[in-house]
Amino acid sequence: MKPIKKMQTILIIVITLLGMLAWGPVQAQQKNIILATTTSTQDSSLLDVLLPIFEKKTGYFVKTIAVGSGQAMAMGQKGEADVLLVHSPAAEKKFVAEGYGVNRRLVMHNDFIVVGPAEDPAKIKGTKITTEAFKKIASAGALFLSRGDNSGTNAKEKDVWKASGINPEGQKWYQQTGLGMGQTLNVASEKNGYTLADRGTYLAMKKNLRLDILMEGDAILLNIYHVIEVNPAKWPKVNVAGAKAFSDFMVSKETQDVVKTFGVEKYGSPLFFPDAGKKEEELGK
Amino acid sequence: MNGSGLILEGKDLQVYKGGSLVLEVPVLRIGEGEVLSLIGPNGAGKTTLLQTLARLIKLSRGEILFKGEKVFSNHSVFDYRRKLAMVFQEPLLFDTTVFENVASGLKIRGINRSETAKRVDENLEQFGVSHLKGRSARKISGGEAQRVALARALAIQPEVFFLDEPFASLDPPSRESLIEDLERILRKTGTTTIFATHDRMEALRLSDRIAVMNGGKILQIGPPAEVMNQPLDEFVASFVGMETILTGQVIKRDRGSFVASIMGQEVEAVGEIGVGESVVFCIRPENVTLTVPPHKESSSARNIFPGKILKTIPMGLYYKVQLDCGFLLVAYVTGHSLENLSLTEGQEIVASFKATAIHVIRKTKKAL
Amino acid sequence: MDLIFEGIWKAFYLLATFDPEVMQITLLSLQVSGTATFISLLIGISIGTTVALAEFPGRKFVVSLINTGMGLPPVVVGLFVTIFLWRNGPLGFLGVLYTPTAMIIAQAIIATPIVMGITLAAIQALPKNLRLQILSLGATRFQMVWILVKEARLPLLAGVMAGFGGVISEVGASIMVGGNIKGYSRVLTTATVMETSRGNFDIAIALGVILLLLAYFINMVLTHVQQRERPR
Repeated sequence: MKPIKKMQTILIIVITLLGMLAWGPVQAQQKNIILATTTSTQDSSLLDVLLPIFEKKTGYFVKTIAVGSGQAMAMGQKGEADVLLVHSPAAEKKFVAEGYGVNRRLVMHNDFIVVGPAEDPAKIKGTKITTEAFKKIASAGALFLSRGDNSGTNAKEKDVWKASGINPEGQKWYQQTGLGMGQTLNVASEKNGYTLADRGTYLAMKKNLRLDILMEGDAILLNIYHVIEVNPAKWPKVNVAGAKAFSDFMVSKETQDVVKTFGVEKYGSPLFFPDAGKKEEELGK
Repeated sequence: MNGSGLILEGKDLQVYKGGSLVLEVPVLRIGEGEVLSLIGPNGAGKTTLLQTLARLIKLSRGEILFKGEKVFSNHSVFDYRRKLAMVFQEPLLFDTTVFENVASGLKIRGINRSETAKRVDENLEQFGVSHLKGRSARKISGGEAQRVALARALAIQPEVFFLDEPFASLDPPSRESLIEDLERILRKTGTTTIFATHDRMEALRLSDRIAVMNGGKILQIGPPAEVMNQPLDEFVASFVGMETILTGQVIKRDRGSFVASIMGQEVEAVGEIGVGESVVFCIRPENVTLTVPPHKESSSARNIFPGKILKTIPMGLYYKVQLDCGFLLVAYVTGHSLENLSLTEGQEIVASFKATAIHVIRKTKKAL
Repeated sequence: MDLIFEGIWKAFYLLATFDPEVMQITLLSLQVSGTATFISLLIGISIGTTVALAEFPGRKFVVSLINTGMGLPPVVVGLFVTIFLWRNGPLGFLGVLYTPTAMIIAQAIIATPIVMGITLAAIQALPKNLRLQILSLGATRFQMVWILVKEARLPLLAGVMAGFGGVISEVGASIMVGGNIKGYSRVLTTATVMETSRGNFDIAIALGVILLLLAYFINMVLTHVQQRERPR
């Protein structure tokens, strides 16, 4: 008798727990949207403000998967995301051209800056052209930290090296962290090195960094964000309605207004500049 | 032996382990209430036979009947196991109190609390360990632990009780007192008992029958007196304590007796054996008498051999004396006698034993 | 150094004021890792005991597999589970990716070999004849296994604690299969990584301290059971 009772209690506990397990997938699939975006976007906390508004308005539940732009687009290619919010224009164009994405719309931009130690061993402060600054860093052999993770920031950085005619790969002063923007800034700060960062992340972390802004404002340093819906023709399981709803939301006036003022209170200047409806070529001050 | 019938029967039992045959017992019948001991050297198959009979080991061939019913399907094996109990050389107690240990067999059977408590107390009392009731089983002595193991086994009131060298790990005083107690309890309850031991004194003391095993086979089985004094072959003989074992050939015959030539000496024994046949003589050391020359005593002993003492070995209560009389002879003498006769190594001595004290084993194999 | 003290202070502040987000994250950590450990306990102890007691061809191979499994890199587990649970993957129809359920699955896969391996060693360390002794007392197979498990409770509980410790502190697989989604699949470890990458070191340290407190509390309970005062 007793061993049977024990068996029964164990069975009940197991069934209860399995029931808890099944709870997750019971949530309606159609109400979920998988948004693939970048770590820098997540780190800026902008989505923490926007998503609750979106979810309340539409009833969708957004699963934000923050990875690098490269991985985000890879997820789009495999149909594992519904909509992308990324900032790597060249790769994005290829993505759309190859038929993986549709409805690529401009959302906002911020800019990249070159930061480094206050002592500025490569003497780049005051340089107006980014490629010049990079050339100075290379010839001085000053420590430069790269994210090395195929993110939008990384892509921009590689573009600049290419434009300045320098190949930093393999050079002793060029180190690749493979980490997100925040962590790469930390490493640069600890090691007194230079790096290319987006203004938003830099501002958010400024109080803990021993890095100054040494170069900014060049047109090449614009960091442009687009929202792209994953092409359902390739992947039928994509939540088409959800993706469109999110995309519409990002370019809507209300959202754009929120973007305009985001960060002003905390950092004194906005982190992003809303651009919905404009053409990419128009950008730049 | 209350012998009201056959309680356990094994037929054509065979067990293979790792490709070799480790147990081969064509027939084994155990009567109800009987105490059977299995003796033999290490590796003789005693443990295998015990565990096979308890259905803890799978039979490769053969069958076991309990009270006439075959024990073979999963269901009947389980039912059968609930009617028996086994105690091993190590107590194998559980990591809990002594009380819980003794109660474990009863708990397994789902017996209610009050009945369990009653039986546990009874058995703790019986084995003299009531005072250890609440103690952790890890904190008692070896002798106490083995008592608890026995109490645990008997608390379930088994119909067959198996013991595998249960006293082997105990120190002599613990062993002595436990054998006494167990003997008394087994007599009282009349439980059918099968136990394995390598100590023939234990076997002698506790059993109704003794089975001598070697190489997975039962060489001889019978009442203690028979096995001890009439071993069927040299192996059994040496195992049951016949220290002197001599081989020779019969050279003369007379009415009821004969003479065999052993290492050139003529030894007379009783029996009907033909001339030319090979024989084995087994002589118990207790039956060999020693005298120091030139004392000539007339005795009825026909076998008188002068010889030399090779060695005297103290054995606690007596001395074992090894002699060379042309053949090797072993005698037991008391310490008293040793002193009186001033027996020392190298001393000339005369050994004698009666013709009737020789146990004769025919060596010539008759056609079956 | 001030950063650490700030973090510790913040940890207690967050706990004392029952900060809702922190409470939610902590509770989720406990639920996910607790469930995963429980599953690993069921599977690990039953299979571990079975392999320990049985004899079959290829047993040594199975045992070495289990022992290797104890050192499975969690991040590799995360990667494989992700690939299986992808919408277009073999188990995509379950729709479980980026949910706490997926995290439980990944963590259970990580913890089970640990519990299994330790159970295997613990049961094998018991006296050889103990199993026969229990059977001779008339136990059913189930009763026998239960008694053996009780006898080996000291090392077995250590195994459970090792399994739990391994998953409550796990981050790589949890981020990959859970997605670190705010209010939904974010747990203490994944939140710590995120706050660190945002530069919010004080919050990161606070979360780390809370994680340590949680782990300590659970292990204290388990240790108490393991070392339960035996009767004099």
